[in-house]
Amino acid sequence: MAPGAPSSSPSPVLAVLLFSLVLAPAQAIVVYTDREVHGAVGSRVTLHCSFWSSEWVSDDISFTWRYQPEGGRDAISIFHYAKGQPYIDEVGTFKERIQWVGDPRWKDGSIVIHNLDYSDNGTFTCDVKNPPDIVGKTSQVTLYVFEKVPTRYGVVLGAVIGAVLGGVLLLLLLFYLVRYCWLRRQAALQRRLSAMEKGKLHKIGKDSSKRGRQTPVLYAMLDHSRSTKAASEKKSKGLGESRKDKK
Amino acid sequence: MLLLLLSIIVLHVAVLVLLFVSTIVSEWIVGNGHATDLWQNCSTSSSGSIRHCFSSSTNEWLQSVQATMILSVIFSVMSLFLFFCQLFTLTKGGRFYLTGIFQILAGLCVMSAASIYTVRHSEWHLNSDYSYGFAYILAWVAFPLALLSGVIYVILRKRE
Repeated sequence: MAPGAPSSSPSPVLAVLLFSLVLAPAQAIVVYTDREVHGAVGSRVTLHCSFWSSEWVSDDISFTWRYQPEGGRDAISIFHYAKGQPYIDEVGTFKERIQWVGDPRWKDGSIVIHNLDYSDNGTFTCDVKNPPDIVGKTSQVTLYVFEKVPTRYGVVLGAVIGAVLGGVLLLLLLFYLVRYCWLRRQAALQRRLSAMEKGKLHKIGKDSSKRGRQTPVLYAMLDHSRSTKAASEKKSKGLGESRKDKK
Repeated sequence: MLLLLLSIIVLHVAVLVLLFVSTIVSEWIVGNGHATDLWQNCSTSSSGSIRHCFSSSTNEWLQSVQATMILSVIFSVMSLFLFFCQLFTLTKGGRFYLTGIFQILAGLCVMSAASIYTVRHSEWHLNSDYSYGFAYILAWVAFPLALLSGVIYVILRKRE
């Protein structure tokens, strides 16, 4: 313990922390879209747009979609939603092809573009403003239009592995289920047979001789074996023989 | 008795190693300076110093070959695990059915993978001069060995 060593009190550190927290700017709005979207010529594609805002969704919320053609420099505005009213492009290249499928309450600002063409290749930007939370970064999604949409890598791989493994496991399960049910039925028959034996023994009575007791039991077992399957028949015969041997 | 057990386990592990090597090593088709396998194409420059590797195409047949090779490895590993389970839990005189079935499945998977690759390899590698690499041959060798191992398990009876 060194005397006179300066001890740093925690209070200045705490003060700086509180200072930064209180005076830090409110978190900006964050917009999320897919990174790229693939579409086939003539079909339609959905451009998803979602956002996170530190404020509640206000009635003045606005969504704007801009389009920048591939290789082009300027971005034109193709869709706007403000004060609960969607405004769709009616004069540009996306005339009558855009459909608003978003819902501000669910923080969804997606649009659908119908009847794709190769000229639709490019970058789409989604811009969301939620007053008073208006500062934020927009998000971009690139649209690729193909003649035929290629399947993503791994779909066939996963499908084959999943199907074969699932099929094998299912077959095994089925086999064990059937075997379990069959074994349970065998066990139930066994129990019935032994219960019948005990019942016959009690019915015969206490003052009958040992010999007298043996034969009715044998008769009962043979009688039972005639009316049940071969497995139980074998078992009862075996039991009868062992009783004879014991005597 | 112990010798038999040991030789069976050695055979099974050998099949497993063959399957692993064949799936992972990049030597299914080789040519001058390039080697391809299920996962990537690698080409060496003429001086031998630079090696470029690109991932293979996303052809559906190549994906199915990858899937069946992976399945064969999975089945073989499960079969080994089941063998040790059944060794301790099976009743005397019982047969290692589950183990044998999985090993035979692994063999069938490897066979289908190698066959599909043989028939369809021109769809994803476009070099004209090529020859089959050792990983491809190992896949074909693993097939009868896996079948043999599986059949041995089915025939074997547990003695104590």
